[in-house]
Amino acid sequence: MKEARVLSATGMLGSGFMETSFERGVSLSPHVIACDAGSTDGGPAHLGMGQPYFSKEATKRDLLLMMKGRDRLDIPMIVGSCGFAGGDQGVDWMRDIVLELAREQGFKFRLALIRSEQTKEYLKQRYREGRILPLDPAPSLSEEVIDRSAHIVAVMGHEPIVAAIEGGAQIVLAGRATDTSLFAAVPLMMGVGAGPAWHAAKTLECGTAATVQRKRPDSIFAWVREDHFDVEPMDMDARCSPQSVASHTLYENADPFLIAEPDGIIDSTASRYDALNDRAVRVSGSRFRKNDRITIKLEGAELVGHQSVIFAGVREPFILRQLDEWLSAMQAKFAVRVQELFNGSVGPEDYRIRVRVYGRDGVMGKLEPRVAEIGHEVGLLFTITTARQETSRAIAKTFSHFALHFPIPEWRGLISGLAFPLTPPELDKGPVYRFSLNHVVLPENPFEMFRTEYLEV
Amino acid sequence: MAKLGDLARLIRSKNAGPFQLTFDVMFDDDQVYRKVLEAKVLTKPIFASLYQVQEKDVLFFEHDAARAIKITIPRPCVQCDPDDGDAYGGQQHSPLVELEVPD
Repeated sequence: MKEARVLSATGMLGSGFMETSFERGVSLSPHVIACDAGSTDGGPAHLGMGQPYFSKEATKRDLLLMMKGRDRLDIPMIVGSCGFAGGDQGVDWMRDIVLELAREQGFKFRLALIRSEQTKEYLKQRYREGRILPLDPAPSLSEEVIDRSAHIVAVMGHEPIVAAIEGGAQIVLAGRATDTSLFAAVPLMMGVGAGPAWHAAKTLECGTAATVQRKRPDSIFAWVREDHFDVEPMDMDARCSPQSVASHTLYENADPFLIAEPDGIIDSTASRYDALNDRAVRVSGSRFRKNDRITIKLEGAELVGHQSVIFAGVREPFILRQLDEWLSAMQAKFAVRVQELFNGSVGPEDYRIRVRVYGRDGVMGKLEPRVAEIGHEVGLLFTITTARQETSRAIAKTFSHFALHFPIPEWRGLISGLAFPLTPPELDKGPVYRFSLNHVVLPENPFEMFRTEYLEV
Repeated sequence: MAKLGDLARLIRSKNAGPFQLTFDVMFDDDQVYRKVLEAKVLTKPIFASLYQVQEKDVLFFEHDAARAIKITIPRPCVQCDPDDGDAYGGQQHSPLVELEVPD
């Protein structure tokens, strides 16, 4: 009976795992060690700025243990969505850490780097051909949106990863990739059942998220066979139950039964979850339904502007009972001040001051059903956004002073209506980005959007 | 009359990518899960009105193996757009916690 054994180091590279858990995984003779290193969950700024999520120190610690385990077993190691957003800068950043560890530890291996950042020319060509389709919901797309985006990555499936391993790669550092593709690649190469391979991959990609009570990010292991897979966390104090494994299909997914991959759909509608013991679960009946075309998802980040922020508290009952009126009068009067300040060169459309009221509807905004309830104090977060940081900072400096002393009718005399916990009260937030795309490309094949480079280390 | 928050093992909201928001209501006990389903306190129309979306935009799932109800809607604001106040979408579930389930 064919069996592919897969060790997932942790839910996200850099979030950590216990050395003892990982060692136990290595002792079970996996055919591959894999780990996801990214997400869109932290927002578009990482993609926009090419900045990683975790520190180099945290990433290097996890990589060291994984590379040691890989070196001992001489098996492939796969890291995907390098540098969090999976842009080219992220792959380069991860490559440099891996090369540094190789130098320090004397590891030798063939390294594959798979880049997934897209050129605007390629995307505009595919757009003109009608080969970029919106997902639901999606922002509207045009050639201008492509041009305006700071970075656009394509989300690879398992195919480029499989090709790299077939090309002799022992360590694969992939740009943006589906979380599942990293864990499915080797089992699919080994010819086990596609349904179990993909469903196991979904179960492994978040590390110990599929356990009963996740205590910390840690290692988890799957045995993938023809018509089922078994899964077990590597910490002997952690456990999977049929319900915890079934529940993981819910996590971060729109649909718990159907999960889209570039070449098909993971279908867990008919999956059965049975306890093997009190820590391990067997999942059978999962299917992979292959599509007749490849769809590759795009993720893009577009610069919105540069931001300064001000945080302040309000405790005064007379202000709180007229908070919205006070804030909107403040904004209206301040608009005049902005015209004075820049001598008309910053128009009303060139800046935006938003305020979020914590203690009332700061978290849920317009969806807050208890918006009428206001506590004895609130926190105000002001964001000032313009095209240039210098302009946002200049407005913020004047606004914080202006707002501090903005009057209310009840008091005669100069008031100070805002409590600033920080001074100076204004902070430069820097560039802010938005997600510009929720679309898929119909390429000729699953490889054309990705570039693979090999290094002998 | 119990609140849904007292009956569930976990109620959570979370991004399902930058453009969708998903809610999971999970139960330990199959009987409680069935009771909540039968009480029809959490249905597509109820959810649509709580979260100010059209019913046709609400995806509603009953996941028996997970003993969970799952609901997905378009994100009220795209994740990290200027009006979004919850980057991970993790604090949007509280109105569900307060739902009353008849005994």
